[in-house]
Amino acid sequence: MDVTTYTDDNFEAEVVKSTTPVLVDFWADWCTPCHMLAPTIDELASDYKGKVKVGKLNVDENPQTPGTFGIMSLPTVLLFEKGKPVKTFVGVQGKEEFKKAIDEVLS
Amino acid sequence: MDKTVYDVIIIGSGPSGLTAAIYTTRANLKTLVVAGVKWGGQLMLTTLVENFPGFPEGIMGPELMMNMRKQAEHFGAEIINTNFKDADFTQSEKGILTVNTDDGKSYQGKTVIIATGADTKWLEVPGEKEKIGRGVASCAPCDAAFYKDKRVIVVGGGDSAMEEASVLTKFASHVWLIHRRDSLRASAAMQERVLKDPKITVVYNTEVEEVLGEMKVEKVRFKTSGNMPLVQEKTDESVPTDPEKLGGSVVNKTDTHITWEFPVDGIFVAIGHIPNSQLFKGIETDEKGFIKIHEHTKTNVERVYVAGDVHDNEYKQAITAAGFGCMAALEVEKFLRMEN
Repeated sequence: MDVTTYTDDNFEAEVVKSTTPVLVDFWADWCTPCHMLAPTIDELASDYKGKVKVGKLNVDENPQTPGTFGIMSLPTVLLFEKGKPVKTFVGVQGKEEFKKAIDEVLS
Repeated sequence: MDKTVYDVIIIGSGPSGLTAAIYTTRANLKTLVVAGVKWGGQLMLTTLVENFPGFPEGIMGPELMMNMRKQAEHFGAEIINTNFKDADFTQSEKGILTVNTDDGKSYQGKTVIIATGADTKWLEVPGEKEKIGRGVASCAPCDAAFYKDKRVIVVGGGDSAMEEASVLTKFASHVWLIHRRDSLRASAAMQERVLKDPKITVVYNTEVEEVLGEMKVEKVRFKTSGNMPLVQEKTDESVPTDPEKLGGSVVNKTDTHITWEFPVDGIFVAIGHIPNSQLFKGIETDEKGFIKIHEHTKTNVERVYVAGDVHDNEYKQAITAAGFGCMAALEVEKFLRMEN
């Protein structure tokens, strides 16, 4: 699996201090649209392997991180560059939307 | 490029699109469903659906849609989860229509059924757009858990507003249902649930004028017609109340209306939907964007049919959408049979 699991415990080390950009999918099991988004996140993880880290954070098991970043809607995907969220995606979106933002950060 | 020519391309995967697919595949028509990444339509954003016949205990909206999808796939529908991009129906070559998806691909079909449904209509007031996902929301079953012990308003007076309010009571400290008219238009059963719920207060004659707050929703400014907001009591009567009694503060008061601010953490918008009809070139719509129909399911363009909420501004039910999908599929079948 190319998708990493992020938690309240490893978020600082894996995302905030990461030197490569990170795409984080905030999700929960009871959120139907989150399940619809999951395949897109999986594809992005393999498409950008080695260039961008892609991971998921379960908001039920990790309440602290979503609070820090003001997540109030699921799914929300944040794109981090140099430890800062530079782009927010609220709701299910097409792969192209994510690619556009990621490519911009990588360029 | 893929040279397959489908008998029918169905754009959309809510109850109308998937029902159409069940019928066209059973009629042995080669069927493609452009389902979109958010496949399944509005029912994917609901909880218990109690008015779809055949489920006496009700069925969860997402489960119903997964079942419909399985049923269509079982009969051989090809379903892709790619987003539809656009289609130019002013152009057709030898009766072949082209549909484009946002991954850059194109698909050819002898006929098309437009079943793209409708999306959330937002309030279009200052402060709203930038706070979507930061307190402004439209899907209570998705987001309610973030509003544990918080103050939430639901805007709207129809069935979906009632559903949002009921779902939110499981988490929120209190829910205020804000409606611009002096009576609700939801079905009697849904109204009763809301009106009896001690955690919901219905406020009539009131509209949201602005969403206030820095990074997230902190307050809303209401405009109430008349000089007192009308609140529905549990005794079935609506009585005028001072905004201060509700916890708000008056900003301005005239003979005809009162402007007041009210502290809230969340706003759930359920004032209706906008038909997804913008991306079809050559298809006639009415002034609100609903696709115009001829003989029940035909558009103004030959070979292009329509089903569900993208043309239906009247009934907007899962079962009527499914019915329209069935009708469109039968028309497509008839058209192709006559042609051959």
